[in-house]
Amino acid sequence: MERMTKFLAWLSAGILLLILVLMVQDIFVNSLRHFDFSFLSQDPLSGGRKGGIFPIIISTLLILGVCMIVIVPMGLGTALFLSEYSDEHPKVVHIVRKALEILSGVPSIVFGLFGNALFCVFLGFGFSIWSGGLTLAIMSMPLFIRTVEEGIRTIPKNYRLVPLSLGLGRTTTIRSIIIPYALPFVIVGGVLSIGRSLAETAALIFTSGYVDRMPESLSDSGRALSIHIYDLTMNVPGGDTNAYKTAMVLIVLIFITNGLFTIVLKTWYKKRIIL
Amino acid sequence: MYQLTKKNKDFILESVLTINGLFSAIAVGLIFIFVTRESLPAIHLKGWAFFIDKSWYPLEGQFNVLPMIAGTIFVSLGALILASPLGLFSAIFISFYAHGSLAWPFRRVVELYAGLPSVIFGFWGLMKLVPMLNEIRPPGQSLLAGILILALMIFPIITLNLMANFRPSSKKYYRVALSLGMRKSTYIWSILLPSLKQQIVGAMILALGRAMGETMAVLMVCGNIVKMPTSIFDPIRTLTANIALEMAYAMNEHRSALFFTGLILFLLIFVLISVADFWRRHESWKE
Repeated sequence: MERMTKFLAWLSAGILLLILVLMVQDIFVNSLRHFDFSFLSQDPLSGGRKGGIFPIIISTLLILGVCMIVIVPMGLGTALFLSEYSDEHPKVVHIVRKALEILSGVPSIVFGLFGNALFCVFLGFGFSIWSGGLTLAIMSMPLFIRTVEEGIRTIPKNYRLVPLSLGLGRTTTIRSIIIPYALPFVIVGGVLSIGRSLAETAALIFTSGYVDRMPESLSDSGRALSIHIYDLTMNVPGGDTNAYKTAMVLIVLIFITNGLFTIVLKTWYKKRIIL
Repeated sequence: MYQLTKKNKDFILESVLTINGLFSAIAVGLIFIFVTRESLPAIHLKGWAFFIDKSWYPLEGQFNVLPMIAGTIFVSLGALILASPLGLFSAIFISFYAHGSLAWPFRRVVELYAGLPSVIFGFWGLMKLVPMLNEIRPPGQSLLAGILILALMIFPIITLNLMANFRPSSKKYYRVALSLGMRKSTYIWSILLPSLKQQIVGAMILALGRAMGETMAVLMVCGNIVKMPTSIFDPIRTLTANIALEMAYAMNEHRSALFFTGLILFLLIFVLISVADFWRRHESWKE
């Protein structure tokens, strides 16, 4: 039994590691063979078969930007509410927690349908970076809030009691003590949400759309990196090489955000963060 | 908390934060309302036709969704069957068999699996896995391909959930068990896992929910033919893939039908989350 368990544990770990290595290696080898840095600075030609992905990178960044502008203030507010006001409003806090739990489980394609119905059609934004960013914001909100709230909960109780005993109001306490303390968690939560949003495809197909030209404003449609990969592999015959290259760019971006997360976590605020 | 006098700005902040907090609840409500609103015409017009029509020919007004519901269920159950042992044993590996310096890197590997975009899984599946399956039995884009790729995507949920449960409460019992001369495996199989039954089921249900909602990966490797599968090598189309494929050109009744399938998914996942929540709420270690 002991040997069996040990064997199976090592076996599954080995298989998983092997598959990950194969997957990443396949994508890197196949794209590095033709990779050239001009790929990052050129416009896509003939449906993406030739040329680069410059406008697509810009669209992706714009979508992420819209998403973060919404998430950071609203998410921080909700996290503060959940952690600081749970004694005064237990019922509301309960409802909000349930809602966040449901939100984090809703399939991304349903977010896509919802974003299409609300932002594109009902509010008349059409296929645009606005629609895509706002849909993504609602989608990655739970992850951000959970990270920030867990962080705020590590603040020692004294930090709240001492200002009160000195006659400082709640607002002052939150503004000058809680929020500065929570700042690293906001950064970590932001980085995690960026990673989640970069990975998203299904919610963006019918909110931010397919157009692979350079977006002129936020109400233009813009194609995200993940959609570009999907489109090149499924709808464009002969788009494989560029799909490989785009996949590598996306993986590198995800690695960077993941690495950033670890670095922030490990070194910058070493003493405070316990996750 | 212990504040006796409240200033005006404290009231303002409190109400602003409360309203802001309620936004998440409003968002859930909005999702439900909008998806339902858009699917009402189809429910109104077609009703039970969704389950008794001849097939899925949206352009001819035939909307039978049963083959796609079957596709979703087969592919996600299959993935769950593969992912459960993978998740369980990799959690055991990290918590008990990996030596200190190995545990952390391997944990990062599992987190990386969780963080990789589904479109990358789908892309790799289409480029490497599908041709391999095609050699065994054509066409390659099949239920099996979907199961294999999905299993890789959902096992981290089980691993990370179980590890969170392994860690905090079990250290004490583990030491006692070791001091009694038990072997690791005896401890794992007869003490740890039996006490975590509910949590394991909860994690599995969560993983199932994720598998059912997954779109891009299954869309790319499953072949997308609307037909009841008769073998594991048959191509299938899932509910999610169907929405992603047809939303681009769907009009009127067809569009509404797609929203209806989205509503089915939303409700299914809602039920699954509630059930998982119920299971995971159980106390894990009884003193």
